[in-house]
Amino acid sequence: MMRRLDANQITTIVVWAALLTAPLWVNSVGGYMALASRVVVLGLAAMSINFLLGFTGYMSFGHAAFFGLGAYGAGFTLKLLAANTLLSLLLGSLLGGVLGALFGLLIVRRRGVYFAMVTIAFGQVFYFIAYRWNNLTGGDDGLRGFSRAPLHFGPITIDILNNAIAFYFFILACFAVITGLMGLILRSPFGHTLLAIRENEQRARFLGIPIERHVWASFSLSCFFMSFAGALYALLNNFADPSNLYYVMSGNIVIMAVLGGIRSFWGPLLGAAVFVVLQDYLSSITTNWMSFVGLLFVLVVLFFPRGLLGFVHTRGPQRDTAAG
Amino acid sequence: MSTLILFNVTNGLIIGAFYVLMALGLSLILNLSGVINFAHGGFLTLGGYVAFTLSAYIGFWGALIVAPFIVAILGVVLERTMIRWLYGRDPLYSLLLTFGLAFMIEDGSRWYWGPQGLPVTIPPILSQPLSSSFFFITGYRLFMVAVAAGVILGLFCFLRYTRLGLRIRAGTLDLDTVSSLGVNVRLLRSFNFGLGIFLAGLSGVLAGGQLGLIPTMGSTLLMPSFIAIIVGGVGSLPGTLVGGLLIGVAAGVTTVFWPSASEAVMYVLMGVVLLVRPRGLFGEEGMMS
Repeated sequence: MMRRLDANQITTIVVWAALLTAPLWVNSVGGYMALASRVVVLGLAAMSINFLLGFTGYMSFGHAAFFGLGAYGAGFTLKLLAANTLLSLLLGSLLGGVLGALFGLLIVRRRGVYFAMVTIAFGQVFYFIAYRWNNLTGGDDGLRGFSRAPLHFGPITIDILNNAIAFYFFILACFAVITGLMGLILRSPFGHTLLAIRENEQRARFLGIPIERHVWASFSLSCFFMSFAGALYALLNNFADPSNLYYVMSGNIVIMAVLGGIRSFWGPLLGAAVFVVLQDYLSSITTNWMSFVGLLFVLVVLFFPRGLLGFVHTRGPQRDTAAG
Repeated sequence: MSTLILFNVTNGLIIGAFYVLMALGLSLILNLSGVINFAHGGFLTLGGYVAFTLSAYIGFWGALIVAPFIVAILGVVLERTMIRWLYGRDPLYSLLLTFGLAFMIEDGSRWYWGPQGLPVTIPPILSQPLSSSFFFITGYRLFMVAVAAGVILGLFCFLRYTRLGLRIRAGTLDLDTVSSLGVNVRLLRSFNFGLGIFLAGLSGVLAGGQLGLIPTMGSTLLMPSFIAIIVGGVGSLPGTLVGGLLIGVAAGVTTVFWPSASEAVMYVLMGVVLLVRPRGLFGEEGMMS
């Protein structure tokens, strides 16, 4: 007899079915391959921030810094070191991940509002470096003159540069690896400890859990995932610019996570899909799309704070204990 | 060289005064309501633009007084209709809401007043240089500093010597107790929010006269105000004052030697403060941390 699937497993199956078949239907609903790729990359970014926000209970509003560092890291690798896509992903995510871990040491004792403010403000320092260091970063014009390189596996070559569908599946493979890693971490004892900290930090501390060390680890992991997403974003656009690091980007990624539901594992991906498609559509019909995006923020917060997947009751690490 | 340094220190102090006015408003709202008001820069921009439009009818002096009140009233309306529902919830939500409002205000000003900068005409009596050797000390700059100093002094006296000010300070420490002593906390928070927005609107009018008006002027002044609060210590208004002036002067002096690092130096300062004294210069342990 077949085991009954719970809501979370059904969500997972639906998500993967939709992602894997996207090349078949995305054009017929008015989309295009690059848009689908952007949804997956920004969805990964939103899931990365949610690792900290939804599963550890700490609000960082400066994660765009690490997204952008990943993007610039990948760009520098391709432009200055070697035309190797995998190497650029690795170095890009290391750049953001390591700087994030160092920065995490500074802020790990801050809480709540203060934590958010310090992350917002500190994120901006990398923006100004990218903006001002013209010779290296291209300043306001952004980093140009690099492109992703075809993949070579022995005799097989996959041309992810010119074949949009091949590149989409490359992104999807990266996405699978990172989200799989996130899922594994959240299912581990370490992941359950993070949830305990989210639910009741004081009680967790009384149980002898070293809170600061766990928050730091969660912050660093989240920064690492975020920079990976940023590196993918640079590969997608063959371009990196200071707006990748700007605090507005942080806000956009956080609202994607909230829109989808921060207590749900896949919620941020869904939120990213809605946000990216909406922004793409709005900017094609009106120059005042910023107002509409702003309105979206307001409406989500006032009427939809639990997000699209907030109603799905899930088991395991995604359990929504704040229900009711 | 010494003139150049003096010039940039003066500039730094003036910019610092804007940071302080902005940051004091942010601090007031943050301390009493726990809301990080991302739309604060938007209200500053609105202050400048409303004054620009008004000055055609009631002149510069009238606009200087009326525009901040109009912006403050708008702020209270938004607080009553939207932000107050988020009190006591995770600060994430008020942050996102005000973030969205900031988008709408910036885009709205761009739509209504146009994306290009607008020059603000200041009364001729203020626009002349006062000294030929120190060309940078214009009447308007002195006037700005005087207004900012007067308002800041007035704010501190208000908080120190009036009953309402006492309640705001008490509410910062323990709002539940203040409420149970019979103070209408709803009104107190609305008034406090309006007061914070008033300061933003006023600095918008002043900044417009010095820097001109562009829709993004608020968002560029917002981040330094955050840094001013963190450097000074979250929860401490005198700290915010010192923090704002400090980063203003630091940025000004850096402009002399290394112009492209003038923003970065503020962040370096913040990093040093966080390393050496994590609670901020005047912060108390346990406040907001």
